[in-house]
Amino acid sequence: MALSPTASLRRDSPDLSYKKGLKRNILNRILTSLVGLFSAIAVLPLVAVLTYVLIKGGRVLNISLFTSPSTGLEGGGIGNAVIGTIIVTFLSALIAIPVGVGGGIFLAEYSGGGIFAQFIRFGTNVMSGVPSIIAGVFVYSVIVKTKIIFGNSYSAIAGGVALSILMLPTVIKTTDEGLKLVPDDLRRAALGVGASKFVTILRITLPSAFTPIATGVVLSIARAAGETAPLIFTALFSPFWPQGFESVFNPIATLSVLIYNFATLPYEAQNELAWAASFVLVLFILLINLFARWLRRFAAN
Amino acid sequence: MEKSVDGGFRILAIMLASVVAMVLLAILIVVFWGSLDSMGRYGWSFLVTSNWNPVKDEYGAFTAIYGTLLTSLLALLIAVPLGVGTAIFITENIIPLKIRTLIGLMVELLAAIPSVVLGLWAIFVLEPFIRPFLEILHRTLGWLPFFSTDPMGPGIAPAVLILVVMILPIITAIARDSLNQVPMKLRQAAYGIGTTRWGAILNVLLPAAISGIVGGVMLALGRAMGETMAVTMIIGNSNTFSWSVLAPGNTISAMLANQFGEADGSQVSSLMYAAFILMILTLAVNLLARWMVKRLSLKY
Repeated sequence: MALSPTASLRRDSPDLSYKKGLKRNILNRILTSLVGLFSAIAVLPLVAVLTYVLIKGGRVLNISLFTSPSTGLEGGGIGNAVIGTIIVTFLSALIAIPVGVGGGIFLAEYSGGGIFAQFIRFGTNVMSGVPSIIAGVFVYSVIVKTKIIFGNSYSAIAGGVALSILMLPTVIKTTDEGLKLVPDDLRRAALGVGASKFVTILRITLPSAFTPIATGVVLSIARAAGETAPLIFTALFSPFWPQGFESVFNPIATLSVLIYNFATLPYEAQNELAWAASFVLVLFILLINLFARWLRRFAAN
Repeated sequence: MEKSVDGGFRILAIMLASVVAMVLLAILIVVFWGSLDSMGRYGWSFLVTSNWNPVKDEYGAFTAIYGTLLTSLLALLIAVPLGVGTAIFITENIIPLKIRTLIGLMVELLAAIPSVVLGLWAIFVLEPFIRPFLEILHRTLGWLPFFSTDPMGPGIAPAVLILVVMILPIITAIARDSLNQVPMKLRQAAYGIGTTRWGAILNVLLPAAISGIVGGVMLALGRAMGETMAVTMIIGNSNTFSWSVLAPGNTISAMLANQFGEADGSQVSSLMYAAFILMILTLAVNLLARWMVKRLSLKY
């Protein structure tokens, strides 16, 4: 009586089922749960910070906060700091966007990867590693102490310049990389129908690379709006409303410096204003970030 | 006409590009120039003495330099396993893609939270929360010089934790990108010869992605050394040197943020000297990062 071939095969074949007790399987499960735990820990700070900012800031938030300046006295608000952040960030964008986009255009369109371009790329990388406080020290020494801007020392302009130093590397990099994504066929086609290089860049390559560049610029603006270190001794602080156009030459309040100043004071009222300012700042920055992400996805489709 | 516009635009672009190089050089020159006075007066002893006394005009930055290096290295020690572990978790197919994307997004958004807001959170939430644990640490391990003081509030330990929060997103994002770039073939080959998931991760994926990960870690180190606001708000700003991580300390950037605005005379110069040291440190770390990325990158 010979056994059927399948039965004999079944008897000799190894057991291929997953064995829970095997050393390497135990090790696998331990390591997998470990990195799962690590991910939970990594997510925790965002949740904790957002919860506290929303609860503590949201509790003190009301309309009158935005209609009164940060006198620091009872009934003070954060209205002037909201305006100040907008003004200083706008000034920095006004400097960093033209210079950065221009530099990026040079790197991507004109340089051809020569020594000078490598040097500029290297410089851009180094500059993005410069600590933000150093940008503040630099602008203080060059603009504030020398009173180079019509004899004004601390000013919104000085703050804007300091922030633009931090934005510049990001804007250059995103422009450079955005332009590199534009297919060369487009450039050749434009040159082929007789457009000059300037017209090609202005009408063809820049518009096709608009979304990646805009995304990068928007993200760098969000980052600049939250920066504090370069502002504490350039834009300084002011408890008053910015007065018209003159305000760019005077010290100006910003949300981030307000948080720094009021968080370290021993008074409850100021601490609450710091939380309210954090609420506004974080909401603003997260919305910009989500908008930039949406822009990127919108362009990808 | 068209030619001149073309040439003019080219020159404009070159000029705008050189702005970066000029600003960078200007920063180096201004900081170096400002610190010359202090360099001449204190020389190398500035780096190893720790008395900082504006009244007597005596300056030594050892506490701040030690604080800068200690806080960033400790933060790195905690953040690297957390960040790389998270990156592995969200690049493997352990949980559904949607949850993985969400975790990645949340870690990225953490990077967008301004440092000053994290500082505020550290003062009012984190520090009171961890103080009991630090007290236990002091009571049980107080015989070690590193835990020899009673935690009184702001100090090096909470500063390290807030630095971990700040550099975690950088490490996670770069490690995730490097792991994603490892070719699928390598993973399939590893599975094909019968290894397990973690056999593949530890022996194939991580070695293949190591150059990017190391680059990200060095970048995070540079960021941690230069980080100012959150650390300034929670480290306690004390120039008295202490071995204990539970005691208040200082970093170069915290010292600058606190004193630069009101300083004059030789204090300005000494702060510039400290700023110059910080610049050299971050520059060295960034250059080292680039060199290591080149050195370690595997050809596969």
